[in-house]
Amino acid sequence: MSREGLLLQGNEAVSEGAIAAGVRFFAGYPITPATEISEVMARRMPELGGTFLQMEDEIASISAVLGASCGGVKAMTASSGPGLALKAEGIGYAVCAEIPCLIVNVQRTGPGVGSVTPSQQDVMQAKWGPNSDNMIISLSPASIKECFWLAIRGVNLSEKYRVPVILLSDSFLGHMSEKIDLPSPEEIETMDRPRPTVAPEKYKAYDADINGVPPLANFGEGYAVRLVGNMHNKAGDYSRNPRDFDFLINRLHNKILTNLADICAYEEVEIDGADLVIVAYGIVSRAAKAAIRLAKNQGMRVGLFRPIVLWPFPTERLAEIGKKVGGILVAEMNMGQVIREVERTTRGEVPVAGLNRIDGLLINPLDILAKLKEMG
Amino acid sequence: MAKIIPQATILEKYFVTSTLPTQWCPGCGAGGIGHAVLQAIERMQLDPKKVVLVSGIGCNGHFTRHLRLDDLHVLHGRAPAVATGLKMARPDLEIIVIQGDGDAASIGGNHLIHAARRNIGITTIVSNNYIYGRTGGQYSPTTPKKSISTSSPFGLEDPPFELCNLMVGAGATFVARGTSYHIIQLIDLVERAIKHPGFAFLEVIAPCPTSYGRKNPETGITGPQMLQWQKENSVSIKKAAHMSEESLRGKIVTGILLDRIEPEYSAAYAKVRQRAQKGGLA
Repeated sequence: MSREGLLLQGNEAVSEGAIAAGVRFFAGYPITPATEISEVMARRMPELGGTFLQMEDEIASISAVLGASCGGVKAMTASSGPGLALKAEGIGYAVCAEIPCLIVNVQRTGPGVGSVTPSQQDVMQAKWGPNSDNMIISLSPASIKECFWLAIRGVNLSEKYRVPVILLSDSFLGHMSEKIDLPSPEEIETMDRPRPTVAPEKYKAYDADINGVPPLANFGEGYAVRLVGNMHNKAGDYSRNPRDFDFLINRLHNKILTNLADICAYEEVEIDGADLVIVAYGIVSRAAKAAIRLAKNQGMRVGLFRPIVLWPFPTERLAEIGKKVGGILVAEMNMGQVIREVERTTRGEVPVAGLNRIDGLLINPLDILAKLKEMG
Repeated sequence: MAKIIPQATILEKYFVTSTLPTQWCPGCGAGGIGHAVLQAIERMQLDPKKVVLVSGIGCNGHFTRHLRLDDLHVLHGRAPAVATGLKMARPDLEIIVIQGDGDAASIGGNHLIHAARRNIGITTIVSNNYIYGRTGGQYSPTTPKKSISTSSPFGLEDPPFELCNLMVGAGATFVARGTSYHIIQLIDLVERAIKHPGFAFLEVIAPCPTSYGRKNPETGITGPQMLQWQKENSVSIKKAAHMSEESLRGKIVTGILLDRIEPEYSAAYAKVRQRAQKGGLA
């Protein structure tokens, strides 16, 4: 049965989305501004026969999530920047061991302990938080409705590709309330990890071709599953063989990069015929849309390119757009993180400017408009 | 004391022989502990499909990679937290955590004490060889004072943890200690630990001749000498009850130090589910 006309916070919508996707295990640690996700899950998980754990620290909560996921239960955790710094080792482990899980980061402001006001300062942390070359998927919702649907998408992508997925919310979205119609379960597509097709005695936990996602047997099913975060061969045995390192690290990248058409998602607004394009994501994209309307009233032709999936970055489409327009403005609530990707993508073929705000307040449409006028 | 199962049977049933030989040095305690675990599993006739090994980083954790069992070789110190999540998601599984002293008592100390506090139904076996062997012999939180290691070249002044006492204080409901020398007793202790319904902690005093013995000859230099030292310095808990504190100083007290029944956490959590599904506390 659908539930219509609910007024939900982003943190509540993320929780309900994850539940709709089949999450039945949550482990977390209290941290503002993500705590409401824990509080919702502390009620909802046991109601649904699942498990809620408040662990001893952030590291333990991602660790418990990985353990639960190996048991075949869809699992998630949520935190904010300082917590994500601690969870980084577990996320990196999940990348290497290929254990599905959803991690929500309700971003807050500033380095160190920072403050609990909103920001988009953890975009690079999401991609590069753990050690080494990481290929993760990261999603950026811009509304309460999207918090719900992207939580579902995040769980699904995580299962389908055996990869940790990081949902980048922020403390504004997390605490903002909007009306949402929750769909009935039959309207929701859920995905499960690829299952083994071989006899248990033939099973290897990392048996895939160079672009493939290896099937994942759950613990307790007789497959003698060997999961490991060390460099390993197809059987999950330790390896010191350079060829195994090369194959594994390439495959971890290729399984995502050869499926960009399935994974990448973005929104485009009035790109055709635009002189200038704003690149904005998450909550800032709403200010960008308002700025586009203001600009239109003043006779300017401005479009919006909004990555919904931030990692992998939608390079191909943005490169096309970059060739057609006179300038790109990247508006983001950090000192300039996604602008690096935009510059890498457009390779100097179009002027790229940044509009940044790092004081914990939202970027104002009027500031975007002023910057657009400056760019001409 | 029950029968000892022939090694050939253990090898054939549990080992992926293509992964052998092990990486361990001659005289290492890890093989004996692993063997005791498999003896107990076989003696208890546990369904291998339902046994999961969660192993930490360190020499000792390498035991699990050779076996035909579900195996999760995790990050340094995190094994008890990973095992807690797994047990809560899958209470039907028999989860055995294999750690060393550095893994369990230092980087993973927080997870260890909280797993004990929750009384989560996992078995944690810690090989205590007083040293970080895998990284070449640095002192750990259990290394005795005055010990020489690569990170205490002038002798150690850090007081060590007494792990079993730590576990008693943290709320573990089963705490036992064995040694590599007393292998028959060790198999019994593993069996008792696995059978225990709550959090079971088993410390095994194990030799590391390469990284500890060679530099600290008073407990033996070679593997056999270190085992001999264990033999000469161990006292059963039964005997220890009649000994003075003074005469127990420096002795290894072996046996079951604590065994009590409290609600196991994954089973207790079922009550939370029941209350939630009824819509409240009533």
